[in-house]
Amino acid sequence: MEIETLVIRHARIIDPSCDLDQVGDVLIGSGEILATGSLSLDSLPDGASVIDGTGLVVTPGFIDLHCHLREPGFEYKETIAAGSKAGAKGGFTTLCAMPNTNPPVDNAAVVEFIQQKAQQDSLVRILPIGCVTKGRKGLELSEMEELASAGVACFSDDGDPVYDGNLMKLALTYSSDLGLVISNHCQEKSLSCNGVMAEGPVATHLGLDGIPAAAEEAMIARDIALSEATGGRLHVAHLSTAGSVPLVREAKNRGLNVTAEVCPHHLTVTDQWVLGAKGAPTSAAGGLAYDTSTKVYPPLRSQMDVEALIVGLSEGVIDCIATDHAPHDLTSKQVTYQEAAFGISVLETALGSLLQLVHTGKLSMAAMVDRLTLGPTKVLGENYRDLASLQPGTTADIVIFDPDQEWMVDASEFESKGKNTPLDGTKLKGRVVATIVGGNLIYESPALKFQGVRGGA
Amino acid sequence: MSLSRAIDTPDIEGSLAVKPTVRKHVLDLDDFSREEIEEVLDSARGMKEVLGRDIKKVPALRGKVVVTLFYEASTRTRVSFEEAGKVLSADVINMSASGSSTEKGESLLNTGLTIQAMGVDTIVIRHPHSGAPYLLAQELDKVSVINAGDGLHAHPTQALLDIYTVKDKLGSLEGLKIVIVGDVLHSRVARSNIWGFAKMGAKVVLSGPNTLMPPDLIRSDNNIYRSTFSSRIEVDTNLARAIEGADVVMALRLQRERQNAGFLPSLREYIRRWQVTDDLLARAKPGAMVMHPGPMNEGIEISNNIAHGGSSVIEDQVTNGVAVRMALLYHVTIGPSQQL
Repeated sequence: MEIETLVIRHARIIDPSCDLDQVGDVLIGSGEILATGSLSLDSLPDGASVIDGTGLVVTPGFIDLHCHLREPGFEYKETIAAGSKAGAKGGFTTLCAMPNTNPPVDNAAVVEFIQQKAQQDSLVRILPIGCVTKGRKGLELSEMEELASAGVACFSDDGDPVYDGNLMKLALTYSSDLGLVISNHCQEKSLSCNGVMAEGPVATHLGLDGIPAAAEEAMIARDIALSEATGGRLHVAHLSTAGSVPLVREAKNRGLNVTAEVCPHHLTVTDQWVLGAKGAPTSAAGGLAYDTSTKVYPPLRSQMDVEALIVGLSEGVIDCIATDHAPHDLTSKQVTYQEAAFGISVLETALGSLLQLVHTGKLSMAAMVDRLTLGPTKVLGENYRDLASLQPGTTADIVIFDPDQEWMVDASEFESKGKNTPLDGTKLKGRVVATIVGGNLIYESPALKFQGVRGGA
Repeated sequence: MSLSRAIDTPDIEGSLAVKPTVRKHVLDLDDFSREEIEEVLDSARGMKEVLGRDIKKVPALRGKVVVTLFYEASTRTRVSFEEAGKVLSADVINMSASGSSTEKGESLLNTGLTIQAMGVDTIVIRHPHSGAPYLLAQELDKVSVINAGDGLHAHPTQALLDIYTVKDKLGSLEGLKIVIVGDVLHSRVARSNIWGFAKMGAKVVLSGPNTLMPPDLIRSDNNIYRSTFSSRIEVDTNLARAIEGADVVMALRLQRERQNAGFLPSLREYIRRWQVTDDLLARAKPGAMVMHPGPMNEGIEISNNIAHGGSSVIEDQVTNGVAVRMALLYHVTIGPSQQL
């Protein structure tokens, strides 16, 4: 919906870029924020559409550093069009798309294809991520400068970490003049072996190969050492273990250029969910055990890991929340746990999941918003700061959400083509009401209330 | 002729007084109560009597169809299920992955749906992936599923026949010390037996290299067996000490590939530390019995002497396996429909 000027009134405005958290109004026009604060009705331009924001929260649009849109190559799992709608419904105005497409994003032509496709099909901003190595094979560096010039947001080989330590060192060194971060999916393959879930009591009970926490921690430790040795910019993708948090904390304390992200599911769901019954206590494997919608990489871990990650996020050791939205077709999940594809469709449930932490007092609302907006821009760099602000003159990428709306997750209603979520059938509290990108209302829920148009129509 | 004789045989329900529990599937042992295990053992005792008859045929499952669907090699489990079904007069169809549409890439689920559409009553499945029987049980609504061994997860019919065998010889499992020796990490037999033996009141001591124990079992008490059975589960890598005063010693099959994968320095060292031998067995209780789920690697996890010696009940295990599988086939195939 194209609206020339729009005002959101009486909402709780949270803008981490200037530590703003107050009830007030936001005026939007010509794709920009025009004013934020308490605006008198008389100061509003004639013809402005008015949204009643009472009881709602208004923040900069969420920025997802890590999602899978599957296009080109895996359009049966997700498309840029469907993924962008899912993002919009989840409050995300910018999606960074991982390069594990076919062909992978290791040259400018693929970057341009995604950019063109996004221009045609996408409601939200799509920022392609470029491969660290050619074909994501971990053998030779990709043409990183060409990718940077074409506009990639950062570099990653995604699910295939850069295994070779020397190559990772060279990647950090070579890219250090490009101003873009290398996001590594830290997993020491010689330790994770054929693992399909977290090592621990549940894996033992179900006879599934476990992935030890050390698989993640060993590679994080390696990469931190390499970042220190080279001065290169390291971003650690999706932390999942309690032991990863102090590694990142200590690196930051030493002043290293290291950032980290965590996913909503690693903050709210444990490996108990693999036993079925949606995490309800079961002493034994019930009829729903081996629920493949819980299979994700890194794996769901114990309550102790969850608690440590929440503390790390709350304290700012972990800079941001990324979804690792990994949509899959039904066939990829209707198989044995061992055969099932890794991944959860997250975009549409992220906010509702994260608000559980806010409602239970484990994370402040301001911190949650910061980690979804300003946090990601700290990783991406100065150029993107504009997207995470409600200050006058910045881009009008905005989300409006109702923190208290209760709803039942029904995966069949997802905009995403991936219906693979363990949250299907569970209750969440908090939902997006409207999403605005560049001043355009790209998503509105039935809960959005217009108060009419200023000046009458 | 023998068929008509069989039909004349007195009805199994009359002669055995079986009281079928309402159970649709046998996926694991962890959802069996002690009472239900006892019930299965009771009816297996009746079944064993049938197996001892001159004409081993009763009409209990006449008109029922059982498919054994095996994605892994097997001798005793598959044959004993087939025999169990046939003695009960079910029509038993054997399917293996090789020679079936699996070779054309058909998924497990689609194979299951196809079998269900043919009107089969019960599927007995063995699969290399843990949880495969759960997939069938969840997605197929008209058939019963019996787990005949899934990946590293469970082998509930093996555990039940082992419990039967111990109980048959020693009367009860309450307070017994049962030592399970070897590769617990990769053993579905061990997983189900730990559960079953402990549930029946025995103390279970696991002995083997730490590399072949589930990591959470050796490192902490945060383990499903310990949290369920507390001190009745112990780990002791020293077999001589573990075996002290044991009533039952069970050796697990050691796959030779484990050495190449680095779990063991050598078979020689494994044999030296964990082979069940006469010397070690002398430390157990007099008359202690030795079990093995088979197939054995004689001379590796178990010495030839022991395997075929007087303390071995390995062949009884096989015989009892048929009886226990008859009982289970009967329970799941008849149970739910009787409820209607």
